Amino acid sequence: MTAMLVTDSATMLRRSLRRMRRYPSLTFFIAVIPVVLLLLFAFVLGGTMGAGLGGTAVASSRDAYIAYVVPGILLITAAGAATGTAISVAMDMTEGIIARFRTMSIARSSVLAGHVVGSVIQSVLALAIVFVVALLIGFRPTTGPLEWLAALGLYVLTSIAIVWLSVGMGLVTDSVETASNLPQILLLFAFTSSAFVPTDSMPGPLAWFAENQPFTPIIETIRGLLTGTPVGSTAILAVAWCLVLTAIGYLWSRRLYERIPTQ
Amino acid sequence: MTATTTSAPAIRVRGLRKSYGDRVVLDGIDLEVAQGTVFALLGPNGAGKTTTIHILSTLLAADAGDISIGGHDVSRDPAAVRGLIGVTGQISAVDKQFTGEENLRLMADLCHLGRDEGRRRVVDLLERFELSDDAAKPAMKYSGGMKRRLDLAMTLVGRPRIIFLDEPTTGLDPRSRRVMWQIVRELVADGVTILLTTQYLEEADRLASRIALLDHGRIVAEGTPSELKRLVPGGSVRLEFPDESQLDRAAALLGGARDDEALALNLASDGAVGSVRAVLDRLDAASVTVDALSVKSADLDDVFLSLTGRREDEEVLVP
Repeated sequence: MTAMLVTDSATMLRRSLRRMRRYPSLTFFIAVIPVVLLLLFAFVLGGTMGAGLGGTAVASSRDAYIAYVVPGILLITAAGAATGTAISVAMDMTEGIIARFRTMSIARSSVLAGHVVGSVIQSVLALAIVFVVALLIGFRPTTGPLEWLAALGLYVLTSIAIVWLSVGMGLVTDSVETASNLPQILLLFAFTSSAFVPTDSMPGPLAWFAENQPFTPIIETIRGLLTGTPVGSTAILAVAWCLVLTAIGYLWSRRLYERIPTQ
Repeated sequence: MTATTTSAPAIRVRGLRKSYGDRVVLDGIDLEVAQGTVFALLGPNGAGKTTTIHILSTLLAADAGDISIGGHDVSRDPAAVRGLIGVTGQISAVDKQFTGEENLRLMADLCHLGRDEGRRRVVDLLERFELSDDAAKPAMKYSGGMKRRLDLAMTLVGRPRIIFLDEPTTGLDPRSRRVMWQIVRELVADGVTILLTTQYLEEADRLASRIALLDHGRIVAEGTPSELKRLVPGGSVRLEFPDESQLDRAAALLGGARDDEALALNLASDGAVGSVRAVLDRLDAASVTVDALSVKSADLDDVFLSLTGRREDEEVLVP
């Protein structure tokens, strides 16, 4: 049974990757939004925002803000990739081939697993593009390779959680248009986290929300792993959030997949 | 065509029911399909044909009823059923972004055929379904007939023993339809059992050894094609005349149903050349002039009219 799940999921992954290779523009498009945001925040708002962080000269405060905002932008990349997942899942479900898969003797989860692994790979590719841009505008990770690897690991974990949630979003909607809008809620979570400004600069209830929502500990951990700010127990919290969200997204998606209308 | 084996039926359905809210879609269906035969579910749109196929192919759960496919219960052991069946639905089940060959390779991988056997099977099927020349074209560029052939080829990759075909030729041109019929005959010759749905009496007649007529979720008649046709009146011949006096004389001579407004006469007829000629000869001998003649053979409309007392497109109030 497990062997079948692995074989069938690998087949479905090849299907996802083949689609991705055929339409490389989607991966590129996923990277465009975080890149634009990064440039916007670094060059338009960076000077002022950096001053708010406690820097002095405008030029150095911009660099300080770039160092602050890049981890947040990386998370935005993972959240933005969700749109691609939700769209491709929703589009796939409109195809008759899904009905065919469901009448075949294959591992039930493999169709979704193929989408998930494919999307995570796509998300990592987008991450690479964004990271290169970050390096070009002066972002310099101050930590060692081990921390970088840990940051990548957390990014992948986060991406798995987000992708499973967005598979559910792609399944729950009955149109591709709605599927492309639903994941925007993830971006809202990203904006109300510590991605762009420290949470203690926000007003009371919002600050409380920002501190206790999943994205903040994830961003703080990635920030610590890349720029050497203290990580502490946020790492455990970040990993725990990833696991919980993955479990929710997985169970939700499976339930929806079993119930897809057949016509 | 007729199976002489007394082995268990490939498909056995007892008391199948399905409703969506207040709307009853299937109202107690019983079916039995012998191994290695073609069984046709004949009925108009909305009769419940597709719902039946969906339930039998494990896509949809029934509200009530016992369904056994190849000896396996559909609700208790759907995985075993899926291992035996192949389904080609009305909605094209090909990946439009992939080429014909890639689609078939995908099926070969999912059927765990292994590299060499999978490759051989793909080449075989491409050839058999006349798709070899277009194997490297994306399926979205295929014509309707090609897409349908690819669809069926994909169903056959895993060599299913029981195949469900939901309106396999609806929307196809006559040539593609004939190709499809030929493929069905070849499959049955190999011992495969086929349950197909169709709106066309002719198709059921040509392919199936048994036909069930489905209407509003019930089977209103079942039997061999010839048994079913005996229940149905034959076709008709319609004659049109230049004026009323000609129509009067013809009606006096032949009987039949007058259509005074159109100056026409409808006669029951099997539509064969001999009987039509006999009618014309009698009119000729009586010097009656005929403007036009048309022959209408028995069709689904007539089957419906005779078995349900109404035309198939007539709106019916559900009690």
